[in-house]
Amino acid sequence: MNIDSIKNGIVIDHITAGKAMEIYSLLGLDKLECSVAIIKNVSSRKMGKKDIIKIDCDFDFDIDVLGFIDSGMTVNIVKDGRIVEKRHMELPEKIVNVIKCKNPRCITSTEQELPQIFKLTDRENKVYRCYYCETKANRK
Amino acid sequence: MRSLISILDLSVEEIDELIAVANDIIADPESYGELCRGKKLATLFFEPSTRTRLSFEAAMYELGGNVLGFSEAQSSSAAKGESVADTAKTVSCYADIIAMRHPKEGAPLVAANNATIPVINAGDGGHNHPTQTLADLLTIQREKGSFDNLTIGLCGDLKFGRTVHSLIEAMARYNNVKFVLISPEELKLPSYIKKDVLKKHGIEYVQTTDLESVMPELDILYMTRVQRERFFNEEDYLRLKDSYILTPEKLKNAKTDLTIMHPLPRVNEISVAIDEDPRAAYFKQVFNGKIVRMALIMKLLGVTK
Repeated sequence: MNIDSIKNGIVIDHITAGKAMEIYSLLGLDKLECSVAIIKNVSSRKMGKKDIIKIDCDFDFDIDVLGFIDSGMTVNIVKDGRIVEKRHMELPEKIVNVIKCKNPRCITSTEQELPQIFKLTDRENKVYRCYYCETKANRK
Repeated sequence: MRSLISILDLSVEEIDELIAVANDIIADPESYGELCRGKKLATLFFEPSTRTRLSFEAAMYELGGNVLGFSEAQSSSAAKGESVADTAKTVSCYADIIAMRHPKEGAPLVAANNATIPVINAGDGGHNHPTQTLADLLTIQREKGSFDNLTIGLCGDLKFGRTVHSLIEAMARYNNVKFVLISPEELKLPSYIKKDVLKKHGIEYVQTTDLESVMPELDILYMTRVQRERFFNEEDYLRLKDSYILTPEKLKNAKTDLTIMHPLPRVNEISVAIDEDPRAAYFKQVFNGKIVRMALIMKLLGVTK
């Protein structure tokens, strides 16, 4: 299967197979006017199977957030048909307004204007906890 | 300006400092009677807690200060829908320090981020209650003389009991502390506390369901309430409830210098027959709670003798 290469935009590569849709909604890609390709279950020597997302326009987003979803992926920034920047994801120290605290006793459950902040408390086990109530984030 | 939201906001040295001041207050209370003259403590209690609120208010009065506030959300602007942040900004214009109790976890942190005066967390849901832990620590220090080389039995509801979790976090920072965790299977200490605190600090602990069998080892016995609503069925509750009630018979193999603690209020988990036992320290904990709150208010207001 062939998907045309892009001129100016972003290629998110090495996505764990099956996670592309999650990233698609998280980044709000449905709101973009340009072409967006979601390629699922691509053969990969390293991963066996992987997903890829190609976005055919300049698009500003918080790259660090992707590290929370899937720290193994790479983000390639393409300008004039060439990869000008390749970024490997790391777990961000803090994520803001990406996921919501599920603890019904958390202050964010009643004061919905508060930013939803989670902090990385255990890098080895990829554990994030709510900044307010310290409840462990549910990563699905 | 500094606030106290979790017991871990205080270093071991700062806790030592607070305990030293608290001991000095007990030795010479008169010399502290005017130190906060002209200062105001706002007690913002969004849920009722008579014991903690009175302790804070008594602490401020004994320092010569004044107190204003409310004791339930219905009598505050929260009933009109005001946010915690706005309440904190408003009260900062009226008082010098805030003690806040709130049913929502993290509310005192939100207040601290928005107030221009120090905020003390006086309990946020099932989350933190650092001044209870300070009261526990002062009691342990006064009864035992040190925090090192102690075997601490924690008995009852170790799953939901926030006082137990905070005490473990605080005591884990001292040397050669061993924990004996006594609870029904249903109410065992959560595994993340075992992993994040006990194992991380290399602290020895044992888990058991039988209080009497471990009694001879204990230097401290910290009792908590086993609540009926924590059980899935009535049968289990009825089967287990009496195992975790402390009676004079259960103490017969205990050390003569055991210290018996309880965050109170108690329902029936410590028989009143034990109140006269010199090892019972739970009412001393109440007294120590007021004293250590005096030391804390002084520290956060930057007041010294």
